[in-house]
Amino acid sequence: MFKVSVVVFPGTNCEVDTKYAYEKLGASVKLIFHKDKTLPSDTDLVVLPGGFSYGDYLRSAAIAKFSPIMKDVIRFASEGGFVLGICNGFQMLLEMGLLEGAMKRNSSVHFISKYHHLRVINNENKFLEKLSVNDVVNIPIAHGEGNYFIDKQGLEKLYKNSQVLLKYCDKNGIDKNPNGSVDSIACICNENRNVFGLMPHPERAIETLLGSTDGIKMLEGFMLK
Amino acid sequence: MKIVINIQLKEGVLDPQGKAVHHALSALSFAEVDGVRIGKQIVMELSETDKEKARARVTDMCEELLANTVIENYEIEIA
Repeated sequence: MFKVSVVVFPGTNCEVDTKYAYEKLGASVKLIFHKDKTLPSDTDLVVLPGGFSYGDYLRSAAIAKFSPIMKDVIRFASEGGFVLGICNGFQMLLEMGLLEGAMKRNSSVHFISKYHHLRVINNENKFLEKLSVNDVVNIPIAHGEGNYFIDKQGLEKLYKNSQVLLKYCDKNGIDKNPNGSVDSIACICNENRNVFGLMPHPERAIETLLGSTDGIKMLEGFMLK
Repeated sequence: MKIVINIQLKEGVLDPQGKAVHHALSALSFAEVDGVRIGKQIVMELSETDKEKARARVTDMCEELLANTVIENYEIEIA
């Protein structure tokens, strides 16, 4: 059975949604407390879920990176384990240096919470394997600091290594930028394609009743053999 | 001793808060404002008495936690 470890920090609020989503897909999910020192040894995927860890004090995710469990998350990632950071989790991966760039306040300076379309830029990775390039998915976003920044050289490197995975767009797939992110980027991965970060919430798009099931195709990518 | 740390977004990194405040000031007819940047100030009390040692320690604090050096610069003032 596919084993998912979802890390819970003080202020995390998407851990139960994430657990629900992966259990619906048939995975076994454990919530791991941030003060734990080690991940379960049979972990297949670590999810750093959304929320407001440590109240977003200082900067989003600035303090979470020093939680005891994070040393083991870094070890897990460096050994090739799959790590998915959603929203606040993406901010953590940036703060930890597992992904490149940084987050700023949304260009509107407002918290944005709504469904938003995303276009697949690259699918040569586990996360988006079930989607095709230029597919448009509809996934909720909910953030105040999702304005992705990376300098020009860094951006060129991301493109060169196919690390730009999703961009914000309209329903026709034309770039549409809700938060000021460089090149409308919504999701990136690391060079080894085992660490993924995105601001949108695929775990909130798994029930028709709630408006979209597009998140399933993303989350279950990791579970494909 | 008292330490004051000023953290600001680097030049060339667009500051959404500064831009919004600039816009608001313009709307209030403060037309002379050419630009606004918003940062944060951290004030701390250190038990260290040697200024050079204090500066080295606070620099480590800024690099490790207080500033995100991908987008932010910091200045340390020792009172």
